[in-house]
Amino acid sequence: MLLDYRIPIASWVEKLVRSIQSAWAAGFDGFADIVRFVINGLLGGLQAVPPLVLLVVLAALVTWKAGWKLGLFTAVGLFLIHNIQLWTPFLQTLSLVVTAQVLIVVVGVPLGILAASSDAAERIMRPILDFMQTMPAFVYLIPAVMFFGIGLVPGVVATFIFSLPPLVRLVNLGIRQVPVDLVEAADAFGATRLQKLVKVQVPQALPTMMAGLNQSIMLNLSMVVIAGMIGARGLGAEVLRGIQRIQVGQGFEAGLAVVILAIVLDRLTAAFAMRRRDGSRAREDG
Amino acid sequence: MPADPVKRDAHPSQPPGAPVGRTVAAAPTAAAPPKIECRSLTKVFGARPERVVEFLAAGGTKEEAQARFGNAVGVYDVDLSVRAGETFVLMGLSGSGKSTLLRLLNLLHDPTAGEVLVDGVDLTSLARAELLRVRRTKFSGMVFQQFAILPHRSVLDNVRFGLEVQKLPLAEQRRRALEAIELVGLAGWEGSLPAQLSGGMQQRVGLARSLAMDADVLLMDEAFSALDPLIRREMQDELVELQARVNKTIVFVTHDLDEALKLGDRIAIMRSGRVVQLGGAEEIITAPADDYVEAFVAGVDRTGVLTARSIMQPVKATAHVGDGPHTALTKMRRFGLSGLLVIDRERRVQGYASSEAVIAQLGRAGSAPSAEAPEGAVPDRLPLAPALTVGLDTSLAELIAAAAGSSEPIAVVDEGRRLRGVVVKGAILAALASEPPPSAGSGKGAAGAA
Repeated sequence: MLLDYRIPIASWVEKLVRSIQSAWAAGFDGFADIVRFVINGLLGGLQAVPPLVLLVVLAALVTWKAGWKLGLFTAVGLFLIHNIQLWTPFLQTLSLVVTAQVLIVVVGVPLGILAASSDAAERIMRPILDFMQTMPAFVYLIPAVMFFGIGLVPGVVATFIFSLPPLVRLVNLGIRQVPVDLVEAADAFGATRLQKLVKVQVPQALPTMMAGLNQSIMLNLSMVVIAGMIGARGLGAEVLRGIQRIQVGQGFEAGLAVVILAIVLDRLTAAFAMRRRDGSRAREDG
Repeated sequence: MPADPVKRDAHPSQPPGAPVGRTVAAAPTAAAPPKIECRSLTKVFGARPERVVEFLAAGGTKEEAQARFGNAVGVYDVDLSVRAGETFVLMGLSGSGKSTLLRLLNLLHDPTAGEVLVDGVDLTSLARAELLRVRRTKFSGMVFQQFAILPHRSVLDNVRFGLEVQKLPLAEQRRRALEAIELVGLAGWEGSLPAQLSGGMQQRVGLARSLAMDADVLLMDEAFSALDPLIRREMQDELVELQARVNKTIVFVTHDLDEALKLGDRIAIMRSGRVVQLGGAEEIITAPADDYVEAFVAGVDRTGVLTARSIMQPVKATAHVGDGPHTALTKMRRFGLSGLLVIDRERRVQGYASSEAVIAQLGRAGSAPSAEAPEGAVPDRLPLAPALTVGLDTSLAELIAAAAGSSEPIAVVDEGRRLRGVVVKGAILAALASEPPPSAGSGKGAAGAA
């Protein structure tokens, strides 16, 4: 009977993942090595700096880009994280977030530009992005673990897949929203495609692109906690330990540290987007 | 009122290729090849435009094509040529295809069929790199309705955009940009950002950006339509003035007939993607090709465009200097006139004799035959008052002023003061009321339009 037949989606996916795994083993290993090297290098660097110095430097950076209020918040927040002895997990999470975000930007911005420049590319990408974003985040952990084992690298990969869509979407949107006469002007004056992109479209789309960056960072952070489940060290692992041992206080402390990091990153990127939007006024006296 | 009335001269005796209203030095000869030429140019938007072109070629209308295939027809089968150094206006209502046609000229829109030739080179045959080179060297970019200047760049950086794209040395970019800024009267604003400028000033930036390119062809798309009326008029005047200095080939798109008449050496009126009439300002006004154009010109301010030439009527009767009063009176009676223009053998106007003056003179001569004048000489001469005369290119506005204080007909004379026609008050009123004037002038206009 037709109704008795079960479509073997699960076994198809497994076969696909396994065949990819065996065919691309060397590629995955190489990629894993690079990611591991970058994260560990970053983490080593951050750990080499005395906490107080790092605290001051980060607070100063935030003050410069987003004002003294957020700078003060950063200083107090980082002091608190160090005080509750979550400094090392905090640095691990920061390394993971930064590495994943660099990967997201390197892949997401060109994909967004491609989607904006071709309707066909957009039509192909849209359902894939929908799929990536709506699939429960945990599901990505399984293939990530299959391809890269447990630890930081599958955490970065799962984070990457989950956090990529908003950046691609908003880069696409931002570029498509550039007034058509500005684009026509660039063409009329004989600009090449690259000149049009660099001199007209990207500067105009920048506020929207920054909003996309902001959103992807937020998703990135939320995924980093989940990545604790597959052995990515950091604040996520601390939260998980709190859950497993039913230690409410410990779990809350780790959660608080994530919140502090999230607020700082959110306001910082938002400040960037605002500054760009107000660029005209900021440069007025120049 | 045009500063140079000869500019509106649509006299058939002018050589067909001669640019009107230009300095002689810059004037190309009649044989000069057209700057831009369109040959059966067609643009159909949307998927599979070829079938729509076939449908149109078989006699289908734009509206039928839209309903049947869902493709918008921008421009269909347009042939025209733009002469070097002229201001060529594309005019029509929105949706008539005028902006599409403008964008076909530099291939911002890719033509579905037909050719665009600039200086004899078919742009549709060029590779992309070649096309970019043409856009940089033959065209001065484009001036847009909404200015299309970059909000994040200063005035100077906006104006040098076209030069930056060509990767010219920075010093040259700056020098040429500053010259162009000076030319449009924005000196001192180089460092300002667009948001700090008024609409009129922003459009000057757009204009300067094009002028800095220093290429022959200037494309302007509803360039002044977004400005408020006072600024718009000011910019129009400045463009006319600027054009006299820089002598570009300008293709100007507008939906405003007054603007078209003011700026255009020639005007192409578009409707549904086709050119329905092409001609000088006066031809369009006096001899509209169809109801559409006629409806279009109905509301226009004719006073600055129409001239004595187009509303004058043939002279029914004149008196010669040698004519006696009796002859003159007989002519007046026969033609039902209240006076006669008096001309000499070369048809030069000598004066005006009104019926009252002639009768008065005859009365004096009859009452005192030989007391004051020697043997009957007086009745033989006509009593001449100075005649009101105007040139062929006198505008309607001036004619109104001239006619206001008198009931005499106005004599229209050519450069040699020879009588060419008369303008009576009725003709002026008819012209204002947009009736086609029943005169030789309108006949000439129609012949020129054909």
